[in-house]
Amino acid sequence: MKSRLPVADLEAHARQRREAGKQATERRLERERGLARRAADWLGEDLIEFIEFRGQMTIVTKLARSNALLTWLRDELEFDMMVDLTAVDYMKLEGDYPERFGLVYHLANTVREARLRVRTYVAEEDPRAPTASNVYKAANWAEREVYDMFGLEFDDHSNLIRILLPLEYSGHPLRKDYPLRGRGERDNFPVIRRDREDEA
Amino acid sequence: MGLEDLLGEGFLATRVKDLLAWGRKNSLWPMPFGTACCAIEMMSTLSSRYDMSRFGAEVVRFSPRQADLLIVGGRVTLKMMPVLQRIWLQMPEPKWSISMGACASCGGVFDTYTMIQGVDQFIPVDVYIPGCPPRPENLIDAVRLIQDQISSHEIQQVIDEQTGVPSLPRLKHMQALRAERARLAGTPAIEIQEPA
Repeated sequence: MKSRLPVADLEAHARQRREAGKQATERRLERERGLARRAADWLGEDLIEFIEFRGQMTIVTKLARSNALLTWLRDELEFDMMVDLTAVDYMKLEGDYPERFGLVYHLANTVREARLRVRTYVAEEDPRAPTASNVYKAANWAEREVYDMFGLEFDDHSNLIRILLPLEYSGHPLRKDYPLRGRGERDNFPVIRRDREDEA
Repeated sequence: MGLEDLLGEGFLATRVKDLLAWGRKNSLWPMPFGTACCAIEMMSTLSSRYDMSRFGAEVVRFSPRQADLLIVGGRVTLKMMPVLQRIWLQMPEPKWSISMGACASCGGVFDTYTMIQGVDQFIPVDVYIPGCPPRPENLIDAVRLIQDQISSHEIQQVIDEQTGVPSLPRLKHMQALRAERARLAGTPAIEIQEPA
């Protein structure tokens, strides 16, 4: 279909749209920065780090206050949605990390259109964390996945069993010290042969 | 041939087991176990362009209890292997199996902790097809090889000693398999209720 507008007008229109998009991004960033700052101030001494990287805010908190922070974010700052919960194994990653495992919560504020990441560290010697499923119901299955893949255990979780791998699996494959080809789990099957089927 | 001369036109002397094999090899009922792109080639082989029904194997059965040829096409994961073993046990004797393509035969490029490196480690395989995925002609060739095996009686069917008929799948197989799997993995066995 041919456009009725002259080419110069089309270009001006596109420029306007780009400009408006940039301004909206700026406004969203400002909003997210403000919310994240408020959360950081609320944490006070328990704040480990406040990170802004490429327009994304991350609050790093101590494990003991993580659930209190999530509850406060949900009730006071209207972060009403848990987008995802996952974990990171920092074992072979360069850099200074206080503990081996990182537990990451991705939150969204659907009222004011803002996103926030909350991170906390879990020790290798005692890989336990309080469950967030009583704050956000969406955390229930995500925590099962973290348990399945990283072996982190969640206190007071209602049903902490494997979610992806078979129930009889042993090992946690997303840990960095887990070999790519497994520890022989894939060979743990009985063999069916023609001549001894009745014994199987 | 003496007997045919005596009976005249229209008679053919053969052995019962050859007659059965002749019937079986020309009416194979495949059970497709397609988990990846090999299944696409399998569909292509079965449909009109390549037309596997020319070789008598067009009645694809999605119930293992009605099939006598298992075609494993595609990757088999750790979680899928018990299912595959169960399907194999559910198929009535006599039965044959084809491992189609690189993944089913040796794991292909997927050498990770979740992938079975060749289904022949855990179930019997009669014919392997190379390729990634194999051409429909390769699958037809494999079916012809199975037919040769049937007519030459290479695969003996398992006869149940108690009843004297070809052995049928029984639930005790499945439960014994489950217990064995747990023993090998070193984890407690998971109980499955027997269907009423």
